[in-house]
Amino acid sequence: MTDVLTPVLTENWGTPGSWQLENYRSRGGYAAARKALTEMTAAQVISEVKDAGLRGRGGAGFPTGAKWSFIPRDSPKPTYLVVNCDESEPGTCKDMPLLMASPHTLLEGVIIASYAVNAHQAFIYVRGEVLHIVRRVRKAVEDARAAGFLGTDIFGSGYDLEVVVHAGAGAYICGEETALLDSLEGRRGQPRLRPPFPAVAGLYASPTVVNNAESISAVPAIIRHGAAWYQSMGTERSKGTTIYSLSGHVRNPGQFEAPLGITLRQILELSGGMRQGHHLKFFTPGGSSTPMLTPDYLDVPLDYESVAKSGSILGTKALQCFDETTSVVRTTLRWTEFYKHESCGKCTPCREGSWWLVQTLRNIEAGRGQEGDIEKMLDVCDNTSMKSFCTLADGFVAAITSAIKHFRPEFEAGYHTPAWELFPYEKSALFARPRQVEEVAS
Amino acid sequence: MSVDTGSSRAAAKPELVEFTIDGQQLSVPKGTLVIRAAEMIGIGIPRFCDHPLLDPVAACRQCLVEVPDAGNGRPMKPQPACALVAMPGMQVETAASNATVAKHQEGMLEFLLINHPLDCPICDKGGECPLQNQAMSHGPGESRYEGVKRTFPKPVHISAEILLDRERCVLCQRCTRFSTQISGDEFIELAERGALSQIKNYEDTPYQSYFAGNIVQICPVGALTSADYRFQSRPFDLVSTTSSCEHCADGCELRIDHRAGTVRRRMAGDDPQVNEEWNCDRGRFGFRSTMLADRLTSPLVRREGVLEPASWPEAIDAAARGLARAGHDVGVLPGGRLTVENAYAYSRFTRAVLGSNDIDFRSRPASAEESAFLASYIAGRRFEQAVHYADLEAAARVVLVSLEPEDESPIVFLRLRKAWRAHGLQIVNVAPFNSAGATKLGARLHATAPGGEADALRTLAADGLLDEQTIVLIGERAALSPGALATAAELTKRRGARLAWIPRRAGEVGAIEAGALPALLPAGRQVADPGARVDLAAAWGVASLPATTGREVNAIIEAAGNRQLQALVTAGIQAEDFLDPRALLDALESVDFVVSLEQRRTEVTERADVVFPVAPITEQVGHFINWEHRIRPVQLVIDENPSPMTDVRVLAALADAMGADLGMRSPAQARAEFAQIADWSGERAHGPIDSGGGRPVTSQPPAPDSLVLAGWRLLIDDAAGLDGATELLATAPARVARLAPADAARLGLVSGDPVEISGPAGRLVAPVELVGEMSPGVVWLPLNTGSSLFATLGAHPGDRVHVTAPGSRPDGPNQSDGGAQ
Repeated sequence: MTDVLTPVLTENWGTPGSWQLENYRSRGGYAAARKALTEMTAAQVISEVKDAGLRGRGGAGFPTGAKWSFIPRDSPKPTYLVVNCDESEPGTCKDMPLLMASPHTLLEGVIIASYAVNAHQAFIYVRGEVLHIVRRVRKAVEDARAAGFLGTDIFGSGYDLEVVVHAGAGAYICGEETALLDSLEGRRGQPRLRPPFPAVAGLYASPTVVNNAESISAVPAIIRHGAAWYQSMGTERSKGTTIYSLSGHVRNPGQFEAPLGITLRQILELSGGMRQGHHLKFFTPGGSSTPMLTPDYLDVPLDYESVAKSGSILGTKALQCFDETTSVVRTTLRWTEFYKHESCGKCTPCREGSWWLVQTLRNIEAGRGQEGDIEKMLDVCDNTSMKSFCTLADGFVAAITSAIKHFRPEFEAGYHTPAWELFPYEKSALFARPRQVEEVAS
Repeated sequence: MSVDTGSSRAAAKPELVEFTIDGQQLSVPKGTLVIRAAEMIGIGIPRFCDHPLLDPVAACRQCLVEVPDAGNGRPMKPQPACALVAMPGMQVETAASNATVAKHQEGMLEFLLINHPLDCPICDKGGECPLQNQAMSHGPGESRYEGVKRTFPKPVHISAEILLDRERCVLCQRCTRFSTQISGDEFIELAERGALSQIKNYEDTPYQSYFAGNIVQICPVGALTSADYRFQSRPFDLVSTTSSCEHCADGCELRIDHRAGTVRRRMAGDDPQVNEEWNCDRGRFGFRSTMLADRLTSPLVRREGVLEPASWPEAIDAAARGLARAGHDVGVLPGGRLTVENAYAYSRFTRAVLGSNDIDFRSRPASAEESAFLASYIAGRRFEQAVHYADLEAAARVVLVSLEPEDESPIVFLRLRKAWRAHGLQIVNVAPFNSAGATKLGARLHATAPGGEADALRTLAADGLLDEQTIVLIGERAALSPGALATAAELTKRRGARLAWIPRRAGEVGAIEAGALPALLPAGRQVADPGARVDLAAAWGVASLPATTGREVNAIIEAAGNRQLQALVTAGIQAEDFLDPRALLDALESVDFVVSLEQRRTEVTERADVVFPVAPITEQVGHFINWEHRIRPVQLVIDENPSPMTDVRVLAALADAMGADLGMRSPAQARAEFAQIADWSGERAHGPIDSGGGRPVTSQPPAPDSLVLAGWRLLIDDAAGLDGATELLATAPARVARLAPADAARLGLVSGDPVEISGPAGRLVAPVELVGEMSPGVVWLPLNTGSSLFATLGAHPGDRVHVTAPGSRPDGPNQSDGGAQ
């Protein structure tokens, strides 16, 4: 079964010092950037990426090449490329290992993408809490610049590019692309009204491409091996390979790079399955904001279309797996608490809805729920869903509604029995602290 | 609220978009927001964050509508109508036709209320609260929320005047958007996040804005209140009157709310042509000066040297006797704050009853050049000929001369800022430096020391900056700069630019129309024109009018001082506003007889022989004429006095007692009479203006420590009209002396050091503020903050003053060794 795995982005992760420039170069690194800048026009790069069928890996799945082609060519203002590495969603952990293991893959992608959209300034926005990664990416930029891969007249092509690595200040909302731009401009990170879209008026009101780190990192391989090669992997409309992040009650958590369309069953088989003596109860296909699925969906191809057809979203391909010891109520509450804490406060439904839902869920967790709480929660979710300014609220609504859809009796039990009695929390923890139960109860 | 489709500039027919709301076909200008379009056809969509004069933010989500077809055949998710631009073929459904939308709106209101305290019974906003109202009209009636509400310690002072109750805030961001977009005072911002989000000012800086009161008015809940009005009244106990502001020449429409015979608050009225929906804090909070203990309540007559209360008949007899004794030798100083009706009464009283032309409303520095300018360019100018606010918005360039809009004409400031934000209006500031206000207008500085305005205008003209797309706004301070008005008038005429004169006081343009100037009769007639005199004499029913041109303000004061004039009649003047305050007070003491019509005891009334208490602005009707030459109605607010003693009424009684007839006894009659003579088709004054008659420039040789004084009145300063507005005055900017860094360095001063400024009359000490782009050789001071510079220094903008570090002058008070001081 190992031939299921297709290491492209992760190809060099196992090599010693994979993050160092000389090691990256020794495996052919920066050849694709040289090829793009010296042998291809910007239009050719864009059409190559379009033909490859690369879609945004940040969750929305928008075709990357199409996004680039929206950039006006006649703007009097400069064009910017912004790379979104503000990975903060519970369960999502693909960009951080990618930057840790091979920052030059991203940088090479940045050079090619900037060239394609005619940007001479690129920004890499890294989640501020992960200081070691900020340092690693900064070092990579420094090294690349010293080697002449950044700066002026790169590869003698006459093309200039500077890259700034910016550390965020610790807000999940700054992963939303327009909030990220506000944050990058030094403002309070809150999503912006659209239109205008970033392609027209993004960073400093100039045409801007915002791409996920993994999308950009896929570009060098596409240029190196060609669109046809990339096309040959994946499903009909979800091309190429991607990183699946397996976490939770599994025997071997980690990153698994495979063509789009692999199933969770295949990945679990590859990785050794759930932890000893336990079985899968539910999982998220792409982080906590994607509706949870049950083992019935183990054979759903993990591509954009198939997951959508199953009532969820491929999202960031963060496969969080929970076994039968887990309280769905507790899980849902923890996620909702996260969203309540991270709601930027700009719009009413997200700000107030998360505040309200957390209180109801806490009652249910503690067995203090009341008849009708579930219906009330579902109605509050309905009043929130699709009505908020950005999609942050849709994330917590998805978690709650999917949990109730699949595990309603567990919520009903919360009308009389605390969740920790039904699902003793130490049983679902790998390293349970004995006092944890009392802490929660108090 | 006004509907602004952004088409005010475009004379061309806008491109139209056809779409439907609830099945009704609409045709609206391209770019129209759905919420505005719905208003046009009377479909109500609830909203909190939306405000037609602020950029959309779509934060509250209360105005969600369904869009089954975006115009491209595809549906959209629920859209905020406040940020949704109508597209051709779009179908919009509101709660009126779609039950889902009604549910969205109910749900949103329920959300807004879960963290909102139900303290309506003690909230100032209760009774006029958009949240309360829309909770009733679009809310669920009962809340299903049983959880814990978010609370905050309350209230927070974000400035001395503005308080914030954070738990009431619905985070609509109207206040922060007003501050960043409209007034440009970015002192408040959202802080924290989620349900704990709150409006905050900076850690150690209060919210500093001349327009702060507007955020209270546009707050859709009771989160922002003014210290001034907090817990003063219930909205439903107030009686509202639409009137006009008396504080400056901008002419804001006001809503004045009173209860039990007392004005409780004033709000910005809604006049899209003038103040849109804003006003300044001076106009909003400065209304207590006539409610203080020094308010005159009965006439006063001087008996054996002492002013004593007297009956009206007694006082009128005493005044009539005294004026009759003076014959024609009476000077009249009616001040610049009168309604047109009152000013007209003074004009006619002076000419037809006293037989004098010695009348001048200018209770401020004035010049013969200015008189000629006012006669040629302002008097008799029709509204249609004048520059308007809308013209400022449409212009390509505005040149500011001797005018600091934020301080001296705040609504002009807001309009200029709006135009600069909307389409990059170029603003050229002829001033010694770009103030904070000018910076908020993106103004380009044409660095000019006071006195250099005429030269600056010539340079601008030579650079082609006074073309047909340009409007020159010139302030009343130009009277202190020889040649400025004459040059502005001549160059704008020659180069095709338009020119508007913006005085500070509300009554100045009206006083010019009423003929309260020595050489001008009502409606632009000239004293020197025999035809005009005959025409007016006939209308006024007198044999003739005095033909000799009267004295100007400074000459009136001089003549009273040396007793060429026998009597003075004054109304609403402050000595400190005049070029030489001491000279005025001396003249009032020297002259035989003084009649003062006033609202409060002042330095002037203390020197009068007869004092008449006249009705404040709230107890009379009338009109102001603003700088645009637009009529601004003043309405009766407090009607408890059935026969208020207005200036008109008192002058009529005086005329009766002197055996003459003023021809009017009330403002209404004055207005009717004025209307009959307002149409003058005869000759008017026309340029060119002699600029040689400017105030003589002091011949003092420039000493090494002498700098040119620059300055203007700040919007909130020691003005008498702001007395009693305690909280407002606490927001007044402090006095600083602004210097160019080079001058400060030469004097050994650094920022914050005290600096001593001395003029012919005395000296004062103020902290230094360094201004990088300040013209060298200039020191700037506010004219009436801390003390009146005219009184304290005896110096005026354009004069040279001595600037030293305190103690460094050999004759300074700190040098005690001589012991002679």
